[in-house]
Amino acid sequence: MKMVDLPDAHGHFGPYGGVFVSETLSQAIDELNAAYQRYRIDPDFIAEFRYELKHYVGRPSPVYHAKRWSKLIGGAQIYLKREDLNHTGAHKINNAVGQALLARRMGKRRVIAETGAGMHGVAAATVAARYDMQCVVYMGSEDIQRQSANVYRMKLLGATVVPVESGSKTLKDALNEAMRDWVTHVDDTFYILGTVAGPHPYPMMVRDFQSVIGEECLTQMPELAGRQPDAVIACVGGGSNAMGIFYPYIALDGVRLIGVEAAGEGIATGRHAASLCAGKPGVLHGNRTYLLQDTNGQILETHSVSAGLDYPGVGPEHAWLKDTGRAEYVSITDDEAIQAFHDLCRYEGIIPALESAHAVAYAVKLARELDADRILLVNLSGRGDKDMHTVARRSGLAL
Amino acid sequence: MAGDPEPALTVPLAHALVEAGADIVELGVPFSDPMADGPVNQRSAERALKHGVGLADVLGMVREFRATDGATPLVLMGYANPIEAMGVARFVTLAGAAGVDGLIVVDAPPEECVELVRLAAANGIDMIFLLAPTSTDARIREVARVASGYLYYVSLKGITGAGNIDIADVAAHLPKLRAASDLPIGVGFGIRDAESARRIGEFADAVVIGSRLIEVIEAAGPQRAVAELKAFLAPVRAALDSLSPQVRT
Repeated sequence: MKMVDLPDAHGHFGPYGGVFVSETLSQAIDELNAAYQRYRIDPDFIAEFRYELKHYVGRPSPVYHAKRWSKLIGGAQIYLKREDLNHTGAHKINNAVGQALLARRMGKRRVIAETGAGMHGVAAATVAARYDMQCVVYMGSEDIQRQSANVYRMKLLGATVVPVESGSKTLKDALNEAMRDWVTHVDDTFYILGTVAGPHPYPMMVRDFQSVIGEECLTQMPELAGRQPDAVIACVGGGSNAMGIFYPYIALDGVRLIGVEAAGEGIATGRHAASLCAGKPGVLHGNRTYLLQDTNGQILETHSVSAGLDYPGVGPEHAWLKDTGRAEYVSITDDEAIQAFHDLCRYEGIIPALESAHAVAYAVKLARELDADRILLVNLSGRGDKDMHTVARRSGLAL
Repeated sequence: MAGDPEPALTVPLAHALVEAGADIVELGVPFSDPMADGPVNQRSAERALKHGVGLADVLGMVREFRATDGATPLVLMGYANPIEAMGVARFVTLAGAAGVDGLIVVDAPPEECVELVRLAAANGIDMIFLLAPTSTDARIREVARVASGYLYYVSLKGITGAGNIDIADVAAHLPKLRAASDLPIGVGFGIRDAESARRIGEFADAVVIGSRLIEVIEAAGPQRAVAELKAFLAPVRAALDSLSPQVRT
């Protein structure tokens, strides 16, 4: 089976992925899978999805050549895919629209979501308002403290935000709690999962909805740069923005795919979120993938300046791309990401999300090693408005 | 739950269950992300993890239990990742040697644990699978094909320790399971007292009580846990003896 044809019918990417859920969820998963298999090839569904992406999300998002900064760096040319310009400020909305349309066709009037930084929660609350659905968002109480502006945005949009007090009180625990809600309200509820993780069909479905990012780049890069890039670079937490831009490029052998994980305070300190760079395979949240875990198989707490990368697992397709060597995975520390954040603000007038700043930071490192005729395409997955408090605090300021 | 409230109490509590009339002891293996469990079992796992209790420690507790009780069947219940971390082959060998009789891996449905089922059988360990009100006929047949020991019927849509169960609904579902399998059927999730146990016991082969026992232990505190547990379970045993099936916990 060719890599782009994965997963197989049971959701496996090589040894990764699958459906590791309790029996109480298996019927809901079967129902979701059947619905998605039907509608992913349904012309009306595809047409409505495309229409919404164009007129509601604002697609296609532009690709921008960061000429000034590329010149200052003195190496390869850096191009930015501007997902930060989407409605709600990040790539998350692409997937939320797709899943909401599917929920409507399945007759589900209640949607639930997990969120870390709040961007996926805002996207889910947005589409719930747009399509007249009840929305409940689970969010770790630690993250609620860190991202109060996004909590308020979700409430403005009519969603109920439920604080999660269990475990580490962050994204992974919010995901556990959303799964528990789904098991309990399986008849009327659709779970809008925000990343390419979870049980099959989520990793495939979220990738498919996000792959509009890479598909647009396939057309835009030749128009703007005269050819496809030498490397495509994206940050990886759960990995949805990276899968979205990587997937259409998997078949293009000459294009390097580089995923950038959060090294936090440094891999050696143990305070990071780099599951592919420093974890080992295991089973969490319905799939087999690389995990940050202790020797007893307990899941570890993660650390990153960006809440959106603060996740101890990663989508199973990334695990397979790593093992097969088709994609490379590297890491960037909090300090490096913050530096890239400031540089992009000052040299290009673009305020990136701290998540995206990890990808930008690695692009700068790589660009310095390459000639000026090389081309790097970076997925600028979100904007940094939500990160003002975090960045200010690190600069010793209070807003 | 192994290690809750304290690792040293797990074996005495298991013996107390048997003394109070449990026919099978089900021992929870703590996991950091118990997706199918309600708040009671989550708190219990968190307390156990604070004591650093891992799967190897749980197997040590099983060996200790077996030193004085060679007869009562003992089932481990937990999630896939601690087993994966230990290695499936190593785990099954150690578990068989320790005296584990059965295994419930909540998040490993039959199609994801072919290797575990094969190795468990080779080591004399039964693989017990969950079935739910939402299970399709195809799923019931698939579980019946690979399961051994008994079938575990989850009595409601939801997580462990949830509210009241619909006894009529349980009664309506069991014939489908009986048609698919000759294995005994245990019913769990939501059985909270002697009365609900007796009513489920009228048509199930066993009733499973989990979260409620943890609540009893939690409320009693370490000093009084053994006594309170026995006091809770005795009337449940009596209620079931009026029907004469089994109870396990």
